[in-house]
Amino acid sequence: MAEVNLRKVVKRYDDVEAVRGIDLDIADHEFVVLVGPSGCGKSTTLRMIAGLEDISDGDIMIGGDVVNDVPPKDRDIAMVFQNYALYPHMTVAENMSFGLRLKRYPKAEIKARIDEAARMLDIEELIDRKPKQLSGGQRQRVAMGRAIVRNPKVFLFDEPLSNLDAKLRVQMRIEIKKVHQKVRTTTVYVTHDQVEAMTLADRVVVMNKGRIEQIGTPNELYHKPATRFVAAFIGSPAMNFLPCQLEETAGRLHVRLTEQIAFPLPPARAARYQNAKSDQKLLLGLRPEHITEARAHAEPGVEAFDAMLDVTEPMGMETLIYFTLAGKQVCGRVNPNAGAHDGEALRLAVDLNNMHLLNEATGAVI
Amino acid sequence: MSTLAIDKAGPTRKVKYGSMSRDRAWALRWSYFFLILFAAFSLIPPLYMLITSLKSSAEIGAATNPWWVFHPTLSNYVELLTSDQFLRFFWNSTVVSIVVVIVTMLISVPAAFALARMKFWGSATLATGVFLTYLIPDSLLFIPLFKMLAVFQDLTGITLLNRWYVLIFIYPTLTVPFCTWIMIGYFASIPKELDEAAIIDGASWLQTLTRIFIPVALPGLIAATIFAFTVSWAQFLYPLVLTTSVDQLVLPVGITTTLIKGDVFNWGQIMTGALLGAAPPLIIYAFLMDYYIAGLTAGATKG
Repeated sequence: MAEVNLRKVVKRYDDVEAVRGIDLDIADHEFVVLVGPSGCGKSTTLRMIAGLEDISDGDIMIGGDVVNDVPPKDRDIAMVFQNYALYPHMTVAENMSFGLRLKRYPKAEIKARIDEAARMLDIEELIDRKPKQLSGGQRQRVAMGRAIVRNPKVFLFDEPLSNLDAKLRVQMRIEIKKVHQKVRTTTVYVTHDQVEAMTLADRVVVMNKGRIEQIGTPNELYHKPATRFVAAFIGSPAMNFLPCQLEETAGRLHVRLTEQIAFPLPPARAARYQNAKSDQKLLLGLRPEHITEARAHAEPGVEAFDAMLDVTEPMGMETLIYFTLAGKQVCGRVNPNAGAHDGEALRLAVDLNNMHLLNEATGAVI
Repeated sequence: MSTLAIDKAGPTRKVKYGSMSRDRAWALRWSYFFLILFAAFSLIPPLYMLITSLKSSAEIGAATNPWWVFHPTLSNYVELLTSDQFLRFFWNSTVVSIVVVIVTMLISVPAAFALARMKFWGSATLATGVFLTYLIPDSLLFIPLFKMLAVFQDLTGITLLNRWYVLIFIYPTLTVPFCTWIMIGYFASIPKELDEAAIIDGASWLQTLTRIFIPVALPGLIAATIFAFTVSWAQFLYPLVLTTSVDQLVLPVGITTTLIKGDVFNWGQIMTGALLGAAPPLIIYAFLMDYYIAGLTAGATKG
């Protein structure tokens, strides 16, 4: 059990910087997910922690010791790969015990550890099979078992669920969470799937272009994104961004979207955005669930307007609606009984208590 | 509008049902035609050898149907298998081939592993260089090699010329490059994560090679072994040039030099010797054929 610290870690390939100076502190027992689009440097970061890639600059510490030049086998880590990387000529038990056998653990101890891990992962009856004879989900369990029996300081997961079909992925996600609740080993998990990141993580690290955009709990990232990238990346369907201006009308701050549509801001928001008034290029960020059908009675901060729906997508528990506002396609979520139909008008309401205001030039959330 | 357009674009020619199976039938007929042609082409000579080996010299010389044995005899086999000379050739060939296979594997497997996996400065150039050496034909090399061995003898006093074991040093120049190349290809088809997993599990490079790569690449390894054995078993030019005394000869050279006396060809024994000489590679192929094919087609499909 150990914490992991990254200090200004840089990875350069020839003249390309894949990772551009990352600072990250991962606490003991913590489950941290690195998430971002492909090529954002998340896998490289993980591989540097594992020791599979040299670091070009900075320090990596595991359990307080700088491990920059420590080979992977002496870092006391275990890694689960996207394609499982099981040894095809060994049985499940041999796969799981390979590391322990290399370290010359006593036979009884090895057997005890394998039995425990197999029980935890529910693969006891597969123990004598070869990887070829296993399904994708079972292989993934074995790969996790191989990591667990080592009892390492840190677990590293490199997109472990990407090769599984959607249904199995949800199931394995829960398995991974359960395993972490039992073994409590510090875990660094890489994925490009924001749902996986949100559901698994104690804290999520959003990366983009070799830099960390934001670190926070799933709820922090969702409700208080720091940048446009995070706001757009986290959440599905994605947040709507509309060009807007702030203006003072009749003593109240309004956010103006078009000639016709301008909403008065709630007092708390008005105070916060007072200084942004002079900025010309602003974006209004609204999550789909904050654009709903208008209710009969007015609520503070919720403003109604009429929209002509382009497309509706009934999802069962809700209906996604798409309409055009200020030249942009906007997505909203309404009650399935709200009477939303393709090509028809609907009275909608925006919840400005949950709005975000962004500076279009810098991408920063104000 | 659009429905009209779709109607017009509908099928105008008669649909041929079952064309798939008809195509397949024709493909099969052609396949059989060429396969039978090829099989006949390669199997008739050994068959002729077998027929001839069962005849006495008198019958071979007689003007009877050459494709039939009228008085079958095993005398050729008995004579060869009881001849110390022939058994000596066989023994020389066996020892040379087995030692060459071992030497080749000991060199080319670690070499291929290093070239395929340990990315070091110049590894790609080296890998190409290894293959290029294979492209130089032995007919260009035998004179320089002979000269080198002669100079070596002058300098050190160690005689290697006209000794059967000189072939143990020479044959790997033929086998090592090709086997290294096969193994590079095979090792390269093993996913990178497999050795990364092994490294994280605590394996050294050597342990990764012996406990992961060699077992996983076993089909390729067997293909390379068969290749090395066949090359050393059948090599003719080098032993012809480098060995001369009868007790130093290997099988291919021994048969042609001792069973042809002047212009007298002892056909029965030549055919028998060639058949007996072809037996060991045949037996090895028969047992390991599946591995051999798997090795040669490695990486063609994802396993």
